[in-house]
Amino acid sequence: MKLLTHNMLTSHVKGVTKGYPLLIKATEVKVNEVDFNPKFVCRMIPKLEWSALVQAADQLGHREDLPGELVPDYEKNEDFLRKVHRVLLEVEVIEGCLQCPESGREFPISRGIPNMLLNEDEA
Amino acid sequence: MRRGKEVKKVLRKQLKASHTLLKHEGISTASQPTKNLVVANGGLGNGVSREDLSAAMKQFGDVESLFMPPQKPYAFVTYRYHRSKNLLFIIKAICSKEVLVRFPEELALVEDFVSPEEEILLLAAVDWSTSNQAQKALKHRRVKHYGFEFRYDNNNVDKDKPLPAGLPEECLPVLHRCLQDGHINVLPDQLTVNQYETGQGIPPHIDTHSAFEDTILSLSLGAKTVMEFRHPDGRVVPVVLPERSLLVMKGESRYLWTHGITPRKFDLVPACETQSADHSEPNLVSHGGLTLSKRGTRTSFTFRKIRHKPCCCAFPSACDSQGGSSPCPPSQPSLPSCHADATRLEEEYVHRVYDAIASHFSSTRHTPWPRVCHFLSALQPGSVLADVGCGNGKYLGVNPQLITVGCDRSSSLVQICAERGFNAFVSDALSVPLRTDSCDACISIAVIHHFSTQERRLAAVRELVRLLKPGGQALIYVWAYEQEYNKQKSKYLKDHNKPQNGEKSKDKPEEGQEPHEEPSVLTTSHLDNNYIGGLKDDSKMTESKLSVHTNRTAFNSQDLLVPWHLKGRKTRGEEEFSSGLHTTNCPDSKLSPSVDTSQVPGGSSVPVFHRYYHVFQQGELEQLCIEVTGVEVQTSYHDQGNWCVILQKE
Repeated sequence: MKLLTHNMLTSHVKGVTKGYPLLIKATEVKVNEVDFNPKFVCRMIPKLEWSALVQAADQLGHREDLPGELVPDYEKNEDFLRKVHRVLLEVEVIEGCLQCPESGREFPISRGIPNMLLNEDEA
Repeated sequence: MRRGKEVKKVLRKQLKASHTLLKHEGISTASQPTKNLVVANGGLGNGVSREDLSAAMKQFGDVESLFMPPQKPYAFVTYRYHRSKNLLFIIKAICSKEVLVRFPEELALVEDFVSPEEEILLLAAVDWSTSNQAQKALKHRRVKHYGFEFRYDNNNVDKDKPLPAGLPEECLPVLHRCLQDGHINVLPDQLTVNQYETGQGIPPHIDTHSAFEDTILSLSLGAKTVMEFRHPDGRVVPVVLPERSLLVMKGESRYLWTHGITPRKFDLVPACETQSADHSEPNLVSHGGLTLSKRGTRTSFTFRKIRHKPCCCAFPSACDSQGGSSPCPPSQPSLPSCHADATRLEEEYVHRVYDAIASHFSSTRHTPWPRVCHFLSALQPGSVLADVGCGNGKYLGVNPQLITVGCDRSSSLVQICAERGFNAFVSDALSVPLRTDSCDACISIAVIHHFSTQERRLAAVRELVRLLKPGGQALIYVWAYEQEYNKQKSKYLKDHNKPQNGEKSKDKPEEGQEPHEEPSVLTTSHLDNNYIGGLKDDSKMTESKLSVHTNRTAFNSQDLLVPWHLKGRKTRGEEEFSSGLHTTNCPDSKLSPSVDTSQVPGGSSVPVFHRYYHVFQQGELEQLCIEVTGVEVQTSYHDQGNWCVILQKE
């Protein structure tokens, strides 16, 4: 699971109102090199929940000095874009789980894949 | 002046009929009269029976032969002498287009086995008014059991619980004749009486091996019908069962072939009762001279002998005593009537199946459909796209400018996405764990037809819309009931000559546009016959149990089970499937209810899985989407046997 995916995921347990962002409990994290495409990263940034990304990167020990607030004029800041590229697309959680911040429900991550299926009484 | 008009009209009609004939049969018409005459608008295809046409044609002379091709609106008459009447004449003598189909092995039909007097006695012996345990009010036919009760829940009999009523004594003379004639060597101890009204039928099945001994006798009383025998290799043999005939099923025809009766009001039957009256070739069914036969009320008496030891027949793939199972799920599911039933049905007949067939399924899904690609390519660079029900992820990389994430109910399929480097997670389409208003676009390709109630299909659309940002678009594809649209057959129907299981060489692009690349089995289409009774009627006629669809034929119901013939041993899917066998809660069979095996021509058996589908009728998808508030149907279209819509969130 890349942090891009994590940024989009939310807890969907019945009755939960503040299910975002999910907490990450990782037991295995990998970093895979991916080709850097500054234009693509630029386009992604406005689609993100910035604080959730920073928090997730922090939990995995890959914050890369990312600021808590999105910097202005990031389009021209290649160093910044490279850091965002790394946390969004290169850091991957292989084993562990995602936890709903409100209900505490854990969703397993196995072989890099989050399993977000709910039991019948949770949906 | 008036006459001139009439003559012109006749000439125009002649010309039209002549063109039709040339186009459909490659027959050109002669300007001079011959012995052969074509009758336009007088064929089986427009509801004219052989008897009616014959009576009409005899008025004009001595008819030598009458040829009525099935499903065509015309027929051919040959007179003994040249006709002088100025109608339409054909030069080529019509060579009889007889098609001979071999009877299933060890199947015998004895016509007029009981006399009309015996028939009356037997029918009177069944007292439908008494209600007892053994008389089940099945939704679409009446059933009564004698000797032992046949249980439809486990497709077996309680061998320790004989019914108080044995076989009616009226049956004894008939059964003794069966013994004398050598059809059986021991008297049956179980009788099931089925009564079918016009338009009713019974789904294809094999009588449970472990429940009954080899020979099964079936008497047809009251009216004739057509019973279809199906071999696992796809052969279909329709057998006409005349009233008062005896059908004897033994060996292969009893153990391996399924038999069933398609619910419809008319059958196509040979015009003269040649099929077994001609004893020189008793095993051949003639498809030459056909006529329409309206069904009446038929009562069948099926005599069987209870089996007390496990079956050890030569057909283990279809034998429940030997670890196989019957080609129909042991307990064929019904359409769900409540939420719990719906989730159970989808769990068994959708989720488990996709997990088990994932690897093989994925290998047949390599080419994205052009119109889906077109939708994806038209999105703004940097758009967030969710593919809900992404399968093996074939759309996730189509437009690399998009930020894509996919989800699927099948973890085996999501694993394939992950191996390809796509962002994907496991989730249900009714509860997608993505933020509300977060996606610029969503696609749902061949997903919503797997939900078994209208409510759930609606909820699936609602969930897609929830994910969209205002102004965002969703593209939905579902399988269409109408596989023929604007007179064009879908590739799904056209590809019926493909090799078994739709396997293709790797360099050849996937041709099918339909969600299914399945085995090619060509059978007679039921749709044409059903049109006679009317589509609406058909839905009422269908059994409450879901019927199993014959791959690459027209659909005859909107809710059905579609077989998947698993190929490729030792695949991931298969290993998981095998390991899952031990946990399945199906005590009678080693396989889960959605699985059975079928014999392939090579001799080895392959598992066959059944997936549940609700195929959509024209307008149904739009109607569903309109029910969701805050969304507009932008376009809708038919694409190779699928109904498709593009929605926009307001």
